[in-house]
Amino acid sequence: MATATAQPPGQAIERENYLNKHYGVGSWLLTTDHKRIALLYLVSITFFFFIGGFFALLIRLELLTPASDLVQADTYNKLFTMHGMVMVFFFLIPSIPATLGNFLIPMQIGAKDLAFPKINLLSWYLYIIGGVMMLHCMLTGGVDTGWTFYTPFSTAYTNTKIVEAGLAIFVAGFSSILTGLNFIVTIHRMRAPGMTWTRMPLFIWAHYATSIIQILGTPVVAITIVLVAAERALHLGIFDPKLGGDPLLFQHLFWFYSHPAVYIMILPSMGVVSEIIACFSRKRIFGYSFVALSSIAIAVFGFLVWAHHMFVAGMSVYAALIFSLLSYAVAVPSAVKVFNWTATLYKGSIHYEAPMLYAFGFLGLFTIGGLTGLFLACLGIDVHVTDTYFVVAHFHYIMVGGALMGYLGGMHFWWPKISGKLYPEGWARLAALIVFIGFNLTFFPQFLLGYMGMPRRYADYSHMPEFQILNVFSTAGSTVLGVGYLLPMIYFLWSMRYGKPAPDNPWNAAGLEWQTASPPTTFNFEEEPVVTWEAYNYEEIDSGHKQEVHVVG
Amino acid sequence: MLDNFPLWPQRASAMAGNVDALYIFLLIVTAMMTALIFTALIYFAARYRYRPGVPAEQIEGSTPLELTWSIIPLGVFMVIFFWGAVVYFKGRTPPRDSTEVYVVAKQWMWKLEHAEGQREINELHVPVGRDVKLIMTSQDVIHSFYIPAFRMKQDVLPGRYTVAWFRATKPGTYHLFCAEYCGTQHSGMVGSIVVMDPAQYEAWTNGGPTGPLSATGEKIFAELGCSTCHRSDSQGRGPNLQGVFGHPVALADGRTVTADENYIRECILDPGSKRVKGFQPIMPTFQGLVSEDQVNALVAYVKSLSKPADSGIKTSAAEPAPQAGQEKAQSGAQNKPKGSQVN
Repeated sequence: MATATAQPPGQAIERENYLNKHYGVGSWLLTTDHKRIALLYLVSITFFFFIGGFFALLIRLELLTPASDLVQADTYNKLFTMHGMVMVFFFLIPSIPATLGNFLIPMQIGAKDLAFPKINLLSWYLYIIGGVMMLHCMLTGGVDTGWTFYTPFSTAYTNTKIVEAGLAIFVAGFSSILTGLNFIVTIHRMRAPGMTWTRMPLFIWAHYATSIIQILGTPVVAITIVLVAAERALHLGIFDPKLGGDPLLFQHLFWFYSHPAVYIMILPSMGVVSEIIACFSRKRIFGYSFVALSSIAIAVFGFLVWAHHMFVAGMSVYAALIFSLLSYAVAVPSAVKVFNWTATLYKGSIHYEAPMLYAFGFLGLFTIGGLTGLFLACLGIDVHVTDTYFVVAHFHYIMVGGALMGYLGGMHFWWPKISGKLYPEGWARLAALIVFIGFNLTFFPQFLLGYMGMPRRYADYSHMPEFQILNVFSTAGSTVLGVGYLLPMIYFLWSMRYGKPAPDNPWNAAGLEWQTASPPTTFNFEEEPVVTWEAYNYEEIDSGHKQEVHVVG
Repeated sequence: MLDNFPLWPQRASAMAGNVDALYIFLLIVTAMMTALIFTALIYFAARYRYRPGVPAEQIEGSTPLELTWSIIPLGVFMVIFFWGAVVYFKGRTPPRDSTEVYVVAKQWMWKLEHAEGQREINELHVPVGRDVKLIMTSQDVIHSFYIPAFRMKQDVLPGRYTVAWFRATKPGTYHLFCAEYCGTQHSGMVGSIVVMDPAQYEAWTNGGPTGPLSATGEKIFAELGCSTCHRSDSQGRGPNLQGVFGHPVALADGRTVTADENYIRECILDPGSKRVKGFQPIMPTFQGLVSEDQVNALVAYVKSLSKPADSGIKTSAAEPAPQAGQEKAQSGAQNKPKGSQVN
């Protein structure tokens, strides 16, 4: 809500924009403006990010020493469970789509708003209802199953609040489905004249692919949660062998969503990175169509690899072979993206403002995260490293190193557009560096721990004190990382009051969103733009004779 | 070479060497890929940094290049896949004449029962150089049997057997972990694997007071009245179990299954589901009447009926451990068939 109240009053020359057109709580809570809803999401997910981060910090503090001394085992188990649930369902999944996607998709394709503005607001309310339920669940006892809810532990053995947490995720899931639906319809139906599919920014392609996963995958996890609740509350035999069920069925259903969910987190981030790299190397993206189609390929193949989480779960050897093979297939489009981004830098004119530093950070961390995925997809290695810290390190490199770096890069890149203010560049570069160093310090030791055999989700490792040194490194890194994440929040808030006013296009970037005012007016464009150029037409922009009709908000 | 490397796990099984070799190969491949990407990134970032008056050179893309960097990685990935698959296949296929250990996991302990009859808790003694097959099940939630020094891990599920195997190569004491989160004391569900020289192991086994597991199973088999129908001739109302294990069985519904541990287990606990062709659905279910330990013993007994020489099993003075709760199981089971087996 800080966004609503911290608006500087009474600057004489301030133009009317989406922030100052209306004031008051009601004008925010009942808004259908995609930009205001994006800010509602921004405030809410930031809140959940710091809750999840607080849990993470407690986890790392507990693991500083081998014995279970800071918190009891039960508390520790709840901490990692709530950390996972909050971060996955209430931060990472909505992060880029619901904030930057919501804010930018209509503007990037030259539309006034999303196709269904009221459904957009509804999706935020669903998110908030789910979030409040999750908060209530956490405050009244929490859950201790891990975010994975494995049965029959979750349905028959734990006495924590499974049904309530499940319902919270169920409700928030509909928020995700509605956002995806809205984006797909908007991208199909609302593009400005001349904005053909091959002229769309790669950010739009990435969100299109993400939306497909949200629509097709989320209902499956919703159904699975209902089945868990039914077995737990009504003792229907679905997953519990004592009731005639099959516990592996749960894992299949869960990962059918939860593996593609990783792509919900990383694809939008890839879209952000494409925009940033193009802008700060002043070039069109190398192999535009390959980068665009690789997003779709990831979305499609992403649905065919779920059981690589289950190589030691008791599945047949032949099923494991198929899923290992398909997992390598999905690695190819990700590799193609990295190569294309790298090639984009070739013969560029590269600038090093903070968004670009985050994009470089993304490339470094995502590369490591992706390549360690090759170890896990490899059957012979996976047997040893699955369910160890190797996996923990791997997915944090993707979901935090990759997705969060992209998110922060995007926040910096579009902050002038969102807030109308410039952030302090020096601090932002420093924060990017701190995050990168802190991240590696936290998670790289966990690869080593994993291969040494330290299992994940251990409150107490006093039987194996040899693991302590690496855990100390990891905990030390997490405090650095925490500082790195706090900094942007502080200086973004600071800049809303004290930042220099942002010009309409501070980066001299391509893309229709930069042809609007900073901040934009409620309907973005004063007249509908007509697009006659390719995405990333930096040559025209930099040579200064862009002959297109300049549509200014 | 790596045995004394500080950040490397101990290596004490036949599998560990295979996994480490593959891991080192992957480390080299991924290090090369990382070096390639990072060198290009850093070189381009430095070489093409912004200079006034030097504009970026626009490049559309290059289909040959796209194909190159799709196909070469795919080729490398396929090598990794095949190598990984071979290692995995070996790790998942127990040699035929392995010594067998039955594992029952429960919150939060491991119960281990040797085919020779020794019982242990959270500790498993095995000799160097012998193939050991683990036949595992859980009494409650999913657990995972993980020995890092052996590079071996297998989830342990309630309601069925999962199987794993190893051959220890170096005497010593190694960690046993539960690797699948299983509740409050998950991190306390740890134990040790004691690998001994054959002579030491011989001495250790002779210390135990119990007879082979299959003998216990034979006793339970008789006490539960199984032998009234499953006779050793062809006159019984149930199938003759001699020589059944490890062979194909024709089912009443037309399918054919191989009689492995899971099949025998299922026949005891849910006899109707995979009924043998030519027999009536008259066998009662023993679900809830026999403990996991008793099922294991029965399975071991049925298996022993298919091993003519029984070379792996030592027949020392048989002194079957009487089991609590057995009487109850017995009285319940000998009565009329229950309704559940008719399907």
